[in-house]
Amino acid sequence: MENRSFGIIGSILFLGIVMACQSGKDPGPEATGVYDPTPYDWKKPANFPEPVYGFSKNPMTQKGVALGKMLFFDGALSRDGRIACGFCHQQYSAFAHADHSLSHGIDDKIGTRNVRNLQNVAWSTAFFWDGSITDLDTLAVSPIQNPLEMGEHLGNVLDKVRQRASYPARFKEAFGTEQITQENFLKALSQFMLTMVSANSRYDKYVRKEPGGDLSADERAGLSLFKQKCAGCHQGELFTNQGYHNNGLPVSEINDQGRFGVTKKETDRLKFLVPSLRNIERSLPYMHDGRFWSLEQVLDHYSQGVKDSPTLDSRLKTGGVPGIPLTEPEKKQIIAFLKTLTDQQFITDRQFIPN
Amino acid sequence: MKNAFFASGMSLFLFLTVLVACHNDPLEPEYGTVQLRFDNVVGAQELKLDSTTYTNGSGEPFTVSRFTYFVSNIKLKKADGSEYVVPQDSSYFLTSQSNPASRTVLLRNVPVGDYTSINFMVGVDSLRNTMEIGKRTGALDPGGAAAGMYWDWNSGYIFLKLEGTSTKAPVDATGKRNFVYHIGLFGGYQTKTANNLKTIQLALGTQPAHVIVNGTTGIQVKADVLKVFDGVKPLSIAAAPTIMVSDSAKNVANNYATMFSIGTVQVD
Repeated sequence: MENRSFGIIGSILFLGIVMACQSGKDPGPEATGVYDPTPYDWKKPANFPEPVYGFSKNPMTQKGVALGKMLFFDGALSRDGRIACGFCHQQYSAFAHADHSLSHGIDDKIGTRNVRNLQNVAWSTAFFWDGSITDLDTLAVSPIQNPLEMGEHLGNVLDKVRQRASYPARFKEAFGTEQITQENFLKALSQFMLTMVSANSRYDKYVRKEPGGDLSADERAGLSLFKQKCAGCHQGELFTNQGYHNNGLPVSEINDQGRFGVTKKETDRLKFLVPSLRNIERSLPYMHDGRFWSLEQVLDHYSQGVKDSPTLDSRLKTGGVPGIPLTEPEKKQIIAFLKTLTDQQFITDRQFIPN
Repeated sequence: MKNAFFASGMSLFLFLTVLVACHNDPLEPEYGTVQLRFDNVVGAQELKLDSTTYTNGSGEPFTVSRFTYFVSNIKLKKADGSEYVVPQDSSYFLTSQSNPASRTVLLRNVPVGDYTSINFMVGVDSLRNTMEIGKRTGALDPGGAAAGMYWDWNSGYIFLKLEGTSTKAPVDATGKRNFVYHIGLFGGYQTKTANNLKTIQLALGTQPAHVIVNGTTGIQVKADVLKVFDGVKPLSIAAAPTIMVSDSAKNVANNYATMFSIGTVQVD
């Protein structure tokens, strides 16, 4: 009995604290309801190529980015109000969701793929493991409507957002109209996602010859091995050629055929969109189904586990034998290099934290 | 010479002051260490990850692959009702079955005396859950020790994870028969959520913990995995193999709130 009353008192105390938090909660500075087109100063990192996103069709403003952030962290985008975008896209794992092989969502349902990072989306020509979405502005529709993710209809989401007292004035500030449309809702989300630029890892500072850009001998050796053995697919400063390749993973029971599901072309069987390797250390597990939990396992796959099949990428065969020859010290050096792609500034940047 | 004499006189004076000050405050004269050891069991058996099959109250066989939970806000109480509250900044611990060292929690600078009960929370309180990221260090660093134990700002930390396999679980997309309980929710940051925080009070009963000067008092706390399934409301893996943020989470939390008991208490 004593235990129970203590528990009840404890619960009341905590409820009190939580309610105190909630009443003191301000979703950002008070909205003025006045259109404010002050641009958001989006900068291309010096070592990056030109972005592919059409900024002219959705000019980024400070108010637009702030609105997008509010929406990104708002559970109202899901059917039961519990699953915000930020539930699966967590800053400390570079907007992926560490620790789950398969993503999970509404009603505790489990999906069929491992969530990909949201980073450097301004350069992305396609999204999802099968590249089924090619425009950032329509990206959010998929998770909102996926019955295993947010399980809601976009129309209902818009209705809920319209009914929230805090939103119309903020849409007015961002887009000059209180009308909440599918277009400005999605464009606000895009604006926030476009701010997720990761370009300040130790590697970046090394290539830009900036302070803090020192790589050890092992890391430099790893970089050079990486360029020889991995950069065919994980190309350039984005660490992806944005192509679809079969990397020789044995097909699991889920029998995910990847890109084939979109194109229905035999030649696309088992091909998946090459992910960037930026912040890879922080976004485990790896592969489309999250089957590997460590970078060591990933490299072991590429050296010993590659399974031959008609669509296997030619770069993954050496003299007809599947796999990339790698010695144990080489693997260690490559992993040392991959860890220099962790962008501490990005994963702790306060601008991504909800107000 | 005179200086040296003066200095030693001063030292003696200071020493006496300290001594008198100590004696003037009989409640906190000296300190010892309390070592809380969380031993996870399954009924009468020791918990072994992966290798051993157990049976829950619904008659379902299961193995455990992961059992991890936060212990925080620890308090020790004496018979007279006075209590020692472990300082907030050093009162968050993430214990994991796979990491034996993490299951031993050392509380230093505990005032000497006889403690008759212990209080702690399973999980991370709402204040800490809404604190700026800079205050989330050590066991609370979602990018470090707490990797995998955090959802987002509104849902907060995951308080307890119990994962394993069961032949009664349906096949998931990767072909495995897994069951997964990830329990959290502190009340919500922007949007109200359930509150599954549980405060545990355990009486040490007939064997109070004697904390002595410079000594270490060991308190064994047992946590019974079977209670996670059957503590209050019996849960079936077949019926709900995955419980995370849905309403059923509160049943799991109510269940695990009953899983702790005091094992042995000893002074070294």
